[in-house]
Amino acid sequence: MAMDVDEIERLIREALPDARIEIKDLRGDGDHYAAHIESAVFAGKTLVQQHQIVYAALQGRVGGVLHALALKTSAPSERRA
Amino acid sequence: MDTMATERIRAELGSSDVVLYMKGTPVFPQCGFSAQAVQILNMLGVQFKSIDVLTDPSLRQGIKDFSNWPTIPQLYVKSEFVGGCDIMREMFQSGELQQMLQAKGVATAPASKLA
Repeated sequence: MAMDVDEIERLIREALPDARIEIKDLRGDGDHYAAHIESAVFAGKTLVQQHQIVYAALQGRVGGVLHALALKTSAPSERRA
Repeated sequence: MDTMATERIRAELGSSDVVLYMKGTPVFPQCGFSAQAVQILNMLGVQFKSIDVLTDPSLRQGIKDFSNWPTIPQLYVKSEFVGGCDIMREMFQSGELQQMLQAKGVATAPASKLA
């Protein structure tokens, strides 16, 4: 019941080739991650839509094999503090 | 999609302005993310109805299908899906959550009481 960072990054990259992706393994257990993803695809979309794009990229793993992925998403021009 | 679960969800969302689907209860949350969601709503002084998805597997799956959102907690205001724990935190920190609640006519604690 775990995923490694490279696998998470690969799946996100497939869906969002332009993305700048930072992933941290919060507990070193391969099951609790925080990801910051910046992609032009997010421009003009709500936070809910942005996170849904990432969840779709991970193809059903979030909430399943991947228990915890804290997400922060932004478009390059509208970076949040 | 489970229609019984969907009907139940629609009824629950209609019964209260602010509804939080969570694991456990506000007093005894069963997951850190659900605990954070409760904490944010408490800091805002918002009255909300909480629903423990762990009491019913069909509801636990049903709410994920309903919102096309894979995780719990999930916050709804006036039957509209707002987001999960990350979005709640981000909106709370930027002040958007308070603004949105006020715009929708939901009572919050006076701003002076917010840390």
